[in-house]
Formats: sequence, structure tokens, C-alpha cells
Amino acid sequence: MATPQETGPDAPQETGARARHGAGARDALSATGVTVRDAGPGDAVAGVMPRWVALPESTEEVAALMRVSAGHDLAVVPAGGGTRLHWGTPPERCDLLIDTCCLNEILEHASGDLVVRVQAGVTMDALAEALAAQNQELALDVPLAGSTVGGTLATAAAGPRRLRYGTARDLLIGLTVVLADGTVARSGGKVVKNVAGYDLGKLFTGSYGTLGIITEAVFRLHPIPRARHWVTAVLPSAPPAALSAGPSTSPGAVAAALAASQAEPSAVELDWLAPAGTFTVSALVEGVAAESRAGAVRDLLAGAAEAVPDVTGGGEAPGWWGVTPGEDVLLELRVPPSGVDGALRAIAARGLPARVRGSLASAVLQIALPPESAGTEPTELAKLPEIPEIPQLAEVAEVAAFVSGLRGDVAPLGGRLTVLTAPPELARLVDLWGPVGALPLMRRVKERFDPDRRMSPGRMAGGI
Amino acid sequence: MTETLDELARGLAGVLPPGAVITDPVRLRTYECDGLTHHRAVPGIVVLPESAEQIAAVVRLCNEYGVPFVARGAGTGLSGGALPRADGVLVVTAKMRRILQVDLADRRAVVEPGVTNLAITEAVREHGYYYAPDPSSQQVCTIGGNVAENSGGAHCLKYGFTVNHVLALEIVTPDGDIVTLDADDPGYDLLGAFVGSEGTLGITTKVTVRLSRAPETVTTLLAAFGSIEQGGQAVSAIIGAGVVPAAIEMMDALAIAAAEAAVACGYPAGAGAVLIVELDGPAAEVAHQFAEVERICRDNGAFELRTAAGPQERAAVWKGRRSAFAAVGRISPAYIVQDGVVPRTALPDVLASIDRLSAEYGIRVANVFHAGDGNLHPLVLFDDAEPGAEERAGLVSGRILDLCVEHGGSITGEHGVGVDKSRYMPKMFTDDDLDTMQLVRCAFDPRGLSNPGKVFPTPRLCGEVPGVRRGVHPLVESGRAEQF
Ligand SMILES: Cc1cc2nc3c(=O)[nH]c(=O)nc-3n(C[C@H](O)[C@H](O)[C@H](O)COP(=O)(O)OP(=O)(O)OC[C@H]3O[C@@H](n4cnc5c(N)ncnc54)[C@H](O)[C@@H]3O)c2cc1C
Ligand SMILES: Cc1cc2nc3c(=O)[nH]c(=O)nc-3n(C[C@H](O)[C@H](O)[C@H](O)COP(=O)(O)OP(=O)(O)OC[C@H]3O[C@@H](n4cnc5c(N)ncnc54)[C@H](O)[C@@H]3O)c2cc1C
Repeated sequence: MATPQETGPDAPQETGARARHGAGARDALSATGVTVRDAGPGDAVAGVMPRWVALPESTEEVAALMRVSAGHDLAVVPAGGGTRLHWGTPPERCDLLIDTCCLNEILEHASGDLVVRVQAGVTMDALAEALAAQNQELALDVPLAGSTVGGTLATAAAGPRRLRYGTARDLLIGLTVVLADGTVARSGGKVVKNVAGYDLGKLFTGSYGTLGIITEAVFRLHPIPRARHWVTAVLPSAPPAALSAGPSTSPGAVAAALAASQAEPSAVELDWLAPAGTFTVSALVEGVAAESRAGAVRDLLAGAAEAVPDVTGGGEAPGWWGVTPGEDVLLELRVPPSGVDGALRAIAARGLPARVRGSLASAVLQIALPPESAGTEPTELAKLPEIPEIPQLAEVAEVAAFVSGLRGDVAPLGGRLTVLTAPPELARLVDLWGPVGALPLMRRVKERFDPDRRMSPGRMAGGI
Repeated sequence: MTETLDELARGLAGVLPPGAVITDPVRLRTYECDGLTHHRAVPGIVVLPESAEQIAAVVRLCNEYGVPFVARGAGTGLSGGALPRADGVLVVTAKMRRILQVDLADRRAVVEPGVTNLAITEAVREHGYYYAPDPSSQQVCTIGGNVAENSGGAHCLKYGFTVNHVLALEIVTPDGDIVTLDADDPGYDLLGAFVGSEGTLGITTKVTVRLSRAPETVTTLLAAFGSIEQGGQAVSAIIGAGVVPAAIEMMDALAIAAAEAAVACGYPAGAGAVLIVELDGPAAEVAHQFAEVERICRDNGAFELRTAAGPQERAAVWKGRRSAFAAVGRISPAYIVQDGVVPRTALPDVLASIDRLSAEYGIRVANVFHAGDGNLHPLVLFDDAEPGAEERAGLVSGRILDLCVEHGGSITGEHGVGVDKSRYMPKMFTDDDLDTMQLVRCAFDPRGLSNPGKVFPTPRLCGEVPGVRRGVHPLVESGRAEQF
């Protein structure tokens, strides 16, 4: 059996209390009747090796596991598809990994009510496929194949269409969770309109597994639009200083015009290789009349673009659409929309070859250092100067300076920068999450839900 | 007034501007209820603060004296959420009515909590923007109240509720800290959890709202049907066809008769039900949808269709619907406004059951509802002069909520739980569900001073001081969880 001591330099020392309780824990877990196995090398969570992996199939089984964990003081980390389990801060300790892969049933698709109830381990792809059979969809773009409903909620992940449909929290109408002590709690329900009681669903979106385990979710759905058209244009590259003047061809100005446009695009995305590249902007228009509205978007973009914008129908998004711009160092920048140009200028001025991609009109952008070419189309961007190697340890300091410098640059614009993933060394040099005003309240919530700090301890902002 | 309140009032006068502390019994009485008038209590003290700092000072003083406080906006709430405490302080936001910032480039506005819902739209309308959630009470109700109730409106079918349009809140926590909850904060969505918490997690002092672009085209259709069943089928067919209207409202014959008596709205004679369908968005999109909705209505037996061409005609179509609550006063001496939700597909079943209840108890029920999202507003009519009628009406009203829960719906879609429905919460939620919600309450308000006695059926003590864990976990103590 693997113990934390054997698994790497980051694993915490086993405490006396744990050793005491540890003895019968494995037996007690097995006694729940849930499939439990010893963890293997592939089960590490951000470098921390759990002792066991459990594969529950129902909310009740998760509750049984959590009751045992409470009794034996086991630290628990839930896993969905495991697509990005390694992102974020490593857990302080992890005894039991609860793999939700077998919570994989779509429990109820009430198509007439545009509502679906699913178990948390259902993958977003499987869900999309089932819903499409009834010509409906959950209007939440998921960046990574294999992501589960639970993982998507726990990380509050969202993609391009957040502009029109909002994010997970806006589409989630009911939730079932199991708390650290095994309590099963539900909130919300199966109706779209409902204000009875606190909305625990909101609390658990973005909770990174630190409050409890999501076992079921209910979402509101949308009809699949009859047509989708993308309009893509390349805006001239601009010297960083010119961006500050906000010319009508700047990404910020174009985004503002598109957001205000009566063509009502569902998404407006940017792809940019800073500091010298041109800006590729692409807008999605959805609906019965998508084609004529795409024409209006094209006209609007034509005034700002270098060449005639490209219109594609029939589901052909640009290759980079909704794809994370990189995986080694990935940051997320949020600013009020009017601050976009200023933020882009600040990124360019920092001098590193960053790739910036994301929701331009919603002003939620991902920054990858250094850029990877994966997922991009062979546009001008690919022809840009040599891309340096992945930063080695010596360069982590440079990345840290980029993060803290950019954080300082965007703060006056009302912006914030978080590190989604980075080499562990970076975490020693900068705070991955940045300042969070509501942190004391979040801590108080955590203390109430998980007083013994057994749920994914340390995985969220502020060491929560 | 008790000695404690006496002392507290003197303390409050020290931290608030002159005249902002009300202790005169006659003036206190004007605050004794909200829109749900049969629950009344004269507040111990009323304060009229002008800033977040003053509210924080008030809350800290309340903490010092262990006195509960209740926030109040315009008092239009329909669940008794703003019902004062005789032993407490009522914090009225009437002097916090400034629109602090309108930022069209960022499509947002920052306002004080006492600003009315409509005032935000009025401030930006000339630029082609508006604030989307539109409760019928929007001329009067405050944004602070909207946040507390997560208020909706006729157009929330397409555009969502208050929670979908608030980007940040400044709040005074129940222990008197000023904290900002931001939608962009990583971690728990505390902003989302605070919205709809009915004043039990603190007092909102500043609201950043999203401004929406006014749609290019708005088309409003009035369809008259012989029966409510036909209308209901039309609603299902519209949604089934993939159309998401901005609003779909329905009224039954009794509601139509009341509206006719009150405002002469001129709806088609002989209608068993009318449907108002509003479509908005890009002109090309609306044109398509309109043709589809028209066809569906006819296919489902609509005998008259009217289209409102401009704003005036649209107002005329909406007039009957908007006046419906008040209008039933014309046909009944007294009435209860109920608010429940059922899955849209259960509407025909539930309406038939309401009919049966109505017959069984000899109590008339006029039905007005946001049909698109299954939000019912049955108006339970009775004569308060008739012995026993009020009790029977109360029973019918309660049974309607049972129906909603039985069909997988909710006991409230927009009016909130308040004091009115806290006793129904156990019908929808288990003790474990409620205890878990209580954990949130205890995290924010361990002393239970912020609007106590609302939302939850049995006030529970938090028992523990946050950060320090002593004794047995409350869930264990109550026998709901075991610890090995
Ligand atoms: C810290 C962090 C930040 C991220 N930020 C973004 C982002 O901003 N944008 C973006 O597009 N993607 C983001 N991701 C990626 C995101 O994880 C994936 O997009 C995907 O949605 C996760 O799905 P999964 O099923 O593979 O989850 P996993 O990769 O298995 O788990 C991801 C996280 O969710 C938790 N989790 C999984 N299932 C449950 C459950 N049932 N109950 C409770 N918690 C659960 C895990 O403990 C873990 O913290 C982030 C991931 C992490 C870890
Ligand atoms: C004719 C009529 C029509 C209505 N139509 C609708 C409708 O279409 N949709 C809908 O959703 N509602 C409707 N309502 C209900 C009501 O208008 C809403 O609930 C509204 O949001 C209440 O706002 P208010 O300012 O009047 O709040 P109040 O009634 O004063 O208070 C309501 C609750 O909010 C709390 N509160 C108020 N201000 C604050 C603050 N600053 N911080 C913390 N808590 C606070 C109070 O403590 C109380 O719990 C209607 C009411 C009437 C009378």
C-alpha cells in the first residue's frame, strides 16, 4: 500500500492521529460495499498520492464512504474525468480519492420542461449527445473532452458562449451534495424558477471539491439553435501604445461594438500571440436567421479588419475556438470590458511571448506562457517569430515577475489575474489566486461545512 | 420601549445623522408590515442610514446589545420578509437612493440599495440599454429588496432573475464588516448564495448590475383560447418548437373578468384563457418566431390573435395582465396571492386540480401565471365577512402549494419564503437539507441577528463560534449524522 511518505517530496508527514485511525479504515471502507482499490501511480492528485480509490455508484454510496472517512479522519478528494485534476494547488493531504466515474447515469431528461437531472460523473460529451437526440443542449462550452458534470461545476469552467448564456451557475437549478460527515443535502429543484431556501448550487460552483462531493445536478436546457455561423476577422497588430488610445480597430473597441450589436452574437472570442501578433477575432451567431445576422457582424468587422472577414456556416468554428491556449503556465485574466485594451497593452509590454485567447466581449481571457501552437489554424499567428522553449526552472522567476507585474497593471483597471496551472515552483514565488476580498467569509463557510478540513484541504484560494 | 432598546437608540443617534433614528410610536407604526399585510409588528427602532459605514455602525451596535435587525427596502415584499421585530431595529434604505455610476462601456451600473428597479432602466434607456429583471412592482420596489428576494419578472423566462444580472455586491455582514462579493472572485460563489437570502446573511449596501442592450425588435401577441387547456397546450408547443419567448403569460376567465372590471383592458370576449407572448431580439429572428408562434396558437385553437404594433398597443395588451393582482379586488372583498411553481408540462394537471379544490371548498380561484416557466400566481378569493371563508381560503392556498411540491415544483418562484412560507419549507426539503443551509447562515451570521425568524421553520442556534470547533457537531447532536 502506498503511503504519502513514499510518494514525493510534497507529501505531508503522517500525523499521529491519522496513524491511529488509519488501521481499520481500509476495512471500514470496504465494508460499505463500494468498490475500493489501492491507489496506483496514476491516481496522484497534483503530486499527492492517495492511499485508496473508491468508485461509488450512487449518492448513498458516496455518503457511506464519507461517513467512514469522518470516523477515520480520512482526507478525501473527489475526481471527475481527471482531465485537470493536477491543476491548482495540491491537497495538503489525501487518503481517499473518490472517483465519480461510476456515477454516470442521466437520471431524467424532461425535454418538455427543458430540464435534465444527471449524476455528477456523467461526462459533458455524453450528456450533450443524449440531449442532442431531443434537439436540446446544455449551453455550457466545455474546453476538455472527458470533463464531467461534477468537475465542470467544481471548477466553474465555462467557455465562449458565456456571453449569451452565462456560466454553470446560471444554468444550474438543483444540486445534490454529500458533505464531509456524510450528510446528503439537496437544494434548488427541478424547476427553473425557484427561490425557496439558500442556493447551495451557487456555493458549490467553484468549490474545487473543498466543501463536499457533488453527486447530482439539475440543469436548465436550451433548444439547439437551428443554425450557427462564425465570422472571423484579423485585426491589425498595434504597437502597445496605440492600444491605449483605443482606436476603433482595437480588440476592445471591436468587442464593444459587437456586444452592442443588434445581431446579438452568442460569443466573441480573441486569439492573439503577444506582443507583436495580429488579433484574430471571431464571433458566433446562432438562430434561425443566423446567416443574415452573420452578414451584419461581417459588415461591422469589415471596417476594422485587415481583409474581408471570413464567414463560415455549418458548425465550422475556427480551430482555436474554445481551446485553452496552453497547458504549461495558464493564467486567467478578468477585467471590466472597457479595460480589455489596457490589459492587452499591459500583457504586450511585459515582453514575454504570451498567447492570449478567450472571451473578448465578456473580458475573460486565458494567457498561456509560452504559447503552444496546438489547436491553432495556420494563420499569420503561426508565422510569428520563434517560440522559446518551455520555461525551465531558471525562467520561473520570469514567469513570477510576469504574474505579479501584470496583476499590478490590471488592478487599476478593475482586473484580476489567477494562475490556473503552473509548475509547482511558481506557487512558491507568487500567490496563484491573487487577492480575494471575500476570503474571510469563504473561510467561515469552509469551517462550517468541513470543520476538520478533510475535503480537498488546501486546494482553493487562501489555502482553503 | 425596553431599557436595552432605549440605550441602543441613544447609541444609534450617536452614529447616524440627525433625525435618522425613529422611536416615535406613531411613525414606527408606518413600518409595521410589508406587502403581506396580515403579518404585523411595530419595530422597536427604525433607522434611516445614508451610507454603508452608517449601516455597519448600526449593525455593530446591534451586535453589542444582542439586538436583531431587519433590512427594509420599499416594503413591497409579499412573504413578510421585511416584517419588523418589536425587539429589534428596522434598517430602512430609503435614504440610499443614488445611482453612483453608469458605465455603458462596461455595460454596468453601480447603485445604492434604495434605488428603485425602474430608476436604473430610466437612467440608461435613452442610450438603448435597460436593466432586465422587471418585477411588476418595479416602479416602487428597491434593488436591495430585489437582491434579497432574487426577484424575477415577466421577462425572466428568457433573461433570468436578479441573480443573473448582479455582478457585485457590497454588503455589511451580520457582524458589521463591509465586504464586497464579486462574480469574478475565484472560489465559492458567495455572491450567488447571498442573492435570494432574504436579508438573513447581511445587508446590501451597494449593487453592481449588468445593463442589457434593448432588443432591436419587440413583438407582442395576444391570443384568446376557449379553454385554459388549449392555452396550456399552445405554451408547450411553443417551447417544444425551440422558441424561447421573452415572456409567456396566461390568465384564466376569472382573472380576465377581474381585469376587465378594473381597467377595461378589452381582451377578446368569451375567452376561457388569454396568452400574452412577447418575442424580442434581432428583427430577422423575431419575424421567424412570430410566424411560428402564430401558427402554433391557431393550431391549438386560438380564436382571436392580436398583435401589438408599437409601444402603445403593447402597453394595452399588458394592461390587463399587469393590473391582475389589484383587479381581483373588484370582484372579491379579499384575496390571497399565491406563488408556486410546477414543471411547465404539469400545468394542465395542476390547473385541473386547482379547479377541483376550488369546487370542493367553495372558494373561487383566479389564475394568473408566468406560463413559460410554470410559475403560478393563483389568486384565492374570499369574503372576509363570511365566517370561515378566510380559513377555507387559507386551506386552498396551502393545498395549492402541496400540489406544486407533489409535481416536483417549488413553494415559491419569486415572492420568497419570508415568514409566510417558512412552515412549508419542510415539505420541499429534508431536515438535512435545511441544516445544511443553516451552515451557510451560521457562517455569515453565527449570532442569528440578521432578519431572524425568516425563511427557516425552526430557528436554530449556531452553537459554535466560527473558527473554533467545540463539542459535538450539530448534525451529530441532532442524531442526523454518526461519528465513528
Ligand atoms: C484549479 C482549477 C481551475 C480550473 N479553472 C478552469 C477555468 O477557469 N476554465 C476552464 O475552462 N477550465 C478550468 N479548469 C479545468 C477543469 O477542471 C476542466 O475543464 C474540467 O471541467 C474538469 O472536469 P473533470 O471531470 O475532468 O474534473 P477533474 O479534473 O477530475 O477535477 C477538477 C476539480 O474538480 C473537483 N471535482 C471533480 N468532480 C467533483 C465532484 N463530483 N464534486 C466535487 N468536486 C469535484 C476535483 O476535486 C478537482 O478539484 C480548472 C481546473 C482546476 C483544477
Ligand atoms: C403589486 C406587486 C407586484 C409584484 N410583482 C413581483 C414580480 O413580478 N416579481 C417578483 O419577483 N416580485 C414581485 N413582487 C414582490 C416584491 O415587489 C419583490 O419581492 C421586491 O423585490 C421587494 O422589494 P422591496 O424593496 O419592496 O423589499 P422589501 O419588501 O422592503 O423587503 C423584501 C426582503 O428584502 C430584504 N431587504 C430589503 N432591502 C435589503 C437590503 N438592502 N439588504 C438586505 N436585505 C434587504 C428584507 O429584509 C426582506 O426580507 C410584487 C409585489 C407587489 C406588491
